[in-house]
Amino acid sequence: MTSITTQPHAPSPAQRPSAPPAVAVHHVDKAFRLPHQQYHTLKERALHPFRKDTHDVLQAVDDITFEVAEGEFFGIVGRNGSGKSTLLKCLAGIYGIDAGDLRVNGRLSPFIELGVGFNMDLTARDNVMINAIMLGLTRQQARERFDDIIAFAELENFLDLKLKNYSSGMTVRLAFSVAIQVDAEVLLIDEVLAVGDASFQQKCFAEFHRLKDEGRTILFVTHDMSAVERFCDRAMLIEKGKMVELGDPTKVAHRYNELNFGRSVTHLAKQAEERFGDRAAEVLAAWFENDQGEPIVELGHGHPCRVCLEARFNEAVDNPVFGFTLRNEVGTAIFAATTEMLHGPTGSFAAGDRVVVRLEFLNWLVAGTYSVTPSIARAGLGADALDLRADLAQLIVHGWFYTGGVTNLPHSFEVTRA
Amino acid sequence: MSTADTTVAADRRNYGPSALGDDLRRFVNLTITLATTEFKLRYFGSVLGYFWSLARPLLFFGVLYTFFTIVLNLGTGVPHYPVYLLSSIVLWTFFTETTGGCVQCLLAREGLLRKMRFPRLVIPLSVALTALFNLGTNFLAVLAFALASGVTPRWSWLELLPLMVLLAALAVGVGMLLSALYVRFRDIQPIWEVVVQALFYGSPIFYVAAQYADKGGERIMHAAITFNPIATLLTQSGHAFVDSSYPTAAAAAGGTVRLLIPLSIIAGTFALGLWFFNREAPRIAEHL
Repeated sequence: MTSITTQPHAPSPAQRPSAPPAVAVHHVDKAFRLPHQQYHTLKERALHPFRKDTHDVLQAVDDITFEVAEGEFFGIVGRNGSGKSTLLKCLAGIYGIDAGDLRVNGRLSPFIELGVGFNMDLTARDNVMINAIMLGLTRQQARERFDDIIAFAELENFLDLKLKNYSSGMTVRLAFSVAIQVDAEVLLIDEVLAVGDASFQQKCFAEFHRLKDEGRTILFVTHDMSAVERFCDRAMLIEKGKMVELGDPTKVAHRYNELNFGRSVTHLAKQAEERFGDRAAEVLAAWFENDQGEPIVELGHGHPCRVCLEARFNEAVDNPVFGFTLRNEVGTAIFAATTEMLHGPTGSFAAGDRVVVRLEFLNWLVAGTYSVTPSIARAGLGADALDLRADLAQLIVHGWFYTGGVTNLPHSFEVTRA
Repeated sequence: MSTADTTVAADRRNYGPSALGDDLRRFVNLTITLATTEFKLRYFGSVLGYFWSLARPLLFFGVLYTFFTIVLNLGTGVPHYPVYLLSSIVLWTFFTETTGGCVQCLLAREGLLRKMRFPRLVIPLSVALTALFNLGTNFLAVLAFALASGVTPRWSWLELLPLMVLLAALAVGVGMLLSALYVRFRDIQPIWEVVVQALFYGSPIFYVAAQYADKGGERIMHAAITFNPIATLLTQSGHAFVDSSYPTAAAAAGGTVRLLIPLSIIAGTFALGLWFFNREAPRIAEHL
């Protein structure tokens, strides 16, 4: 355990000896008792006074140790049920811990759920005051910051409207604005940004960056590996309550994807496969490989990638054309290539022959999930399909900044004054 | 190293949720905010908010008054009986509102408890504070009624304040106990309803302390006043507020020294409630 917790990749802030860590967690344990038979009434207790209280113990957080330096943007990732939410609640002071030491330096603002304690029957004005006081401001401070809160939420015209008449987006904006104005030194953010429209999300992230520049510490819990790689200085991966990786966000994202999708290629169960062709040849399988020839399901941006298919011929075919099409999550074809263009004639195949076709390219795709459609066609115009299997294999690409484009081509800038 | 260790350990102990928290100002702020919000919602939720909240004790008063004075003739010979009836109903309403509201208050605020770090005791205390606001507004009606009925204002009316403080201490003590128990045992609610019924008939609300003596003799009266703090407080409030011919609590209990018993019941209930709530506080969010 200790070998994992030492931080070889920690960036400079953690190594500044003078500043105490903003968050220090040392060997923290948290378990929940899951009783087999729960007594919810005094009557049951009185009727069965001697019945043994059997229960299972769920170790939600198991000996976790890490420190977050002041001003760091720290990611906590893990699958559902890995214990990351429990850890967050321990950090937020909602759950007590069973063992270990937990220390938070300065005021902490939890963005675990926005708008907790909002009352639908009160106006936005009242709710802002109540929520600000709940989050730790005094009445006086809440009054002083009221205008800023409303301005950030852009809700000046709806101040005296009852909250039940707000749209859900407006409510979230209001809640976020209150939480951000609380002036906490440490922010705990638990995927709250899944709500709200794109422009508000953009604004939130911009606000987090501003806070980070001001030296606030941010702990960010998410499933979104591209966000981890985009924003975090360091990250931690939790699985079954234990920390399995700590350090560089790209490495953590890599481990997370491995955990989620496994190392080996798995064919995704499909409801109804889209398949065309007369089956004179059959595509048996398609997969992705790295340049070492190892099958992969996820790959970092900028690395060499191979997409492969294996096929069997049922009839003799001359110079078949092998092709691949890569599509992104929304189904846009990002990249397509066939042997006809680059490779030329592929040779003659007899019935029963098997073939493996590999296409290698440098992965300039942006972070996201891609699927490949392998195809075999007769020589000629290419329209005469032998076999085509839509979206047969998937690849998760991580890394690089999100630019809004579908690819990130290698590039350089030159600015010359004319 | 050793100093660093001790600070970390101290922080950990204080860091999880607790009953009282570490910031008294925030504790007070939160309690007042929650209570005023609740109070506001009740009064400004409808146009007749204030009248509605008055209507309950007043209607209750009307029913009891009709039944006990006209049908059962309970009030005959008791000076200003209607004033005593109304004032004790209002005080009793405060007690039931606090304790009854506390039973489910933690469950009602589950969202807050599971999502935020704040002193857990804020929640039952805010229920009590809302009830106290109601007591204040209701008591205005009692004062008006008393003056209209010809009760003359006396300095002893001020005695009501310490009496209300004692009643509040009792109600909050019971409330803390009930709210923390309800998290574990959901049948606390019907059980408490029965206890409240018993207390209502066992306390001098629609009758006065002297009527214990009429029915069962002096010793019964002494016991009833000594071992039921609500009876003690209501009896003393009758003497102080309604008419000086009402017996004092000391007289009804059979000696000033015996008043130590109801006082220690109040103190004991409060201490027990606080101790139990404090013990349960760190795990309330998990057990809900």
